[in-house]
Amino acid sequence: MAKTHVSTSINGEPVEFLCEPQQTLLDVLRDELNLTGSKEGCSSGDCGACTVICDGKIVCSCLILGAEAEGRDITTVEGIAQGDHLHPVQQKFLEHAALQCGFCTPGFIVAAKALLDENLNPTEEETRYWLAGNLCRCTGYDKIIRAVLDAAAVMRGEAA
Amino acid sequence: MPSLSFAAPTSVDEAVKILAGASGMAKVLAGGTDLLVQLRSGRTRPELIVDTKRIPELIGIRETADGFVIGGSTPGVMIYESEALTRAWPGIVEGMDLIGSEQIQGRASFAGNLCNASPAADSVPALIAARATAVIAGPNGRRQAPVEAIVTGPGQTSLTKGEFIVEFHVPKPKPRQSDAYLRFIPRTEMDIAVVGIGVNVTLDGNGVCTDARVVLGAVAPTQVIAEEAGAALIGHRLDDETLAKLDAAAGRACKPINDKRGTIEYRIKVAGVLARRAAAIAFERAAKR
Repeated sequence: MAKTHVSTSINGEPVEFLCEPQQTLLDVLRDELNLTGSKEGCSSGDCGACTVICDGKIVCSCLILGAEAEGRDITTVEGIAQGDHLHPVQQKFLEHAALQCGFCTPGFIVAAKALLDENLNPTEEETRYWLAGNLCRCTGYDKIIRAVLDAAAVMRGEAA
Repeated sequence: MPSLSFAAPTSVDEAVKILAGASGMAKVLAGGTDLLVQLRSGRTRPELIVDTKRIPELIGIRETADGFVIGGSTPGVMIYESEALTRAWPGIVEGMDLIGSEQIQGRASFAGNLCNASPAADSVPALIAARATAVIAGPNGRRQAPVEAIVTGPGQTSLTKGEFIVEFHVPKPKPRQSDAYLRFIPRTEMDIAVVGIGVNVTLDGNGVCTDARVVLGAVAPTQVIAEEAGAALIGHRLDDETLAKLDAAAGRACKPINDKRGTIEYRIKVAGVLARRAAAIAFERAAKR
């Protein structure tokens, strides 16, 4: 079976990989590139645990073929913090205890970061709709929403 | 399993050549939000996948003298971010916007939603109601077909080997013409339509309807143009008698199935209720033009 050679950018770094045609971007991230932050929940685009940012828009990496990543600009959860400096969304997830088992957390962090990149002042309703494609079976969502709204306030310079 | 290959052509001609030359089953990849699920489940086992997103014509929205040209593989996020299209055809944009999550909106497209040929495809009824056409490329050149001519049954289309949708042409709204799309699902988000309905109306200066198209989804093997329901609106304002006729006619256009989302009787009832509500929104929007 002919493998496809792909040159892409992941978390700001040029990356090259070989993939089989049926391998998803999620398969490539986890199995070929050892970027295991993105999680495989449903593999059908329902749960959002594999969310990555592709050319500025959030997508489910389980619904993209690895070969489709050619020339794209991809950000995974590993690329959200700047070195040891957590992104405000990550910091607020910790402070609000917005996770329990943690399996959904990478997807939520990536999706929430993309929301705040587009809109630093989302309403609670906008935040809930934006994150409707990320499922959490533990928290009941409320702490997650509080963490994201609080992170937005920090990023606006309104809160500590 | 036969070996799978992948191609990402950068022109329509190249894509046609690759698709037409395929020896086994070839699948056209737009956003992939249905195709990748079917690949994983084994429901489809193609030998070739042709990604259309590298073809410049297939991505983006252009406003022309006649209306809009929408690239077939344009993702939902670009559709709802288009202020011009949203102003002109709010119902078409509503239909696309209702599909899936923000993540799905990053990929899902009109051509993919149409050619996946689900009876419940949310983006299709409002396109048909607006009398949109699809431009199809194939080995014999290009042809244009009304959107309602594409889907022939669940999972089945009228496209032949080597053909795929390049773009959609949506006419410019006439004065006092507008549209609306509503769907009913058992919760507020992320589900498949029990009933979907696109209503497109044109009014005269007195608020009397001069033209109407009512299109139902999820109540038959394909989307249904409810001719009688459209006719019930023409020549009338949206009074109680007209609404009652519309409701009954929409119900009569349904040939639904029983499934876990709703019984036949329930779907017919909901189709009538949604017809009333969608017509009210479309009339209100059209009156403001």
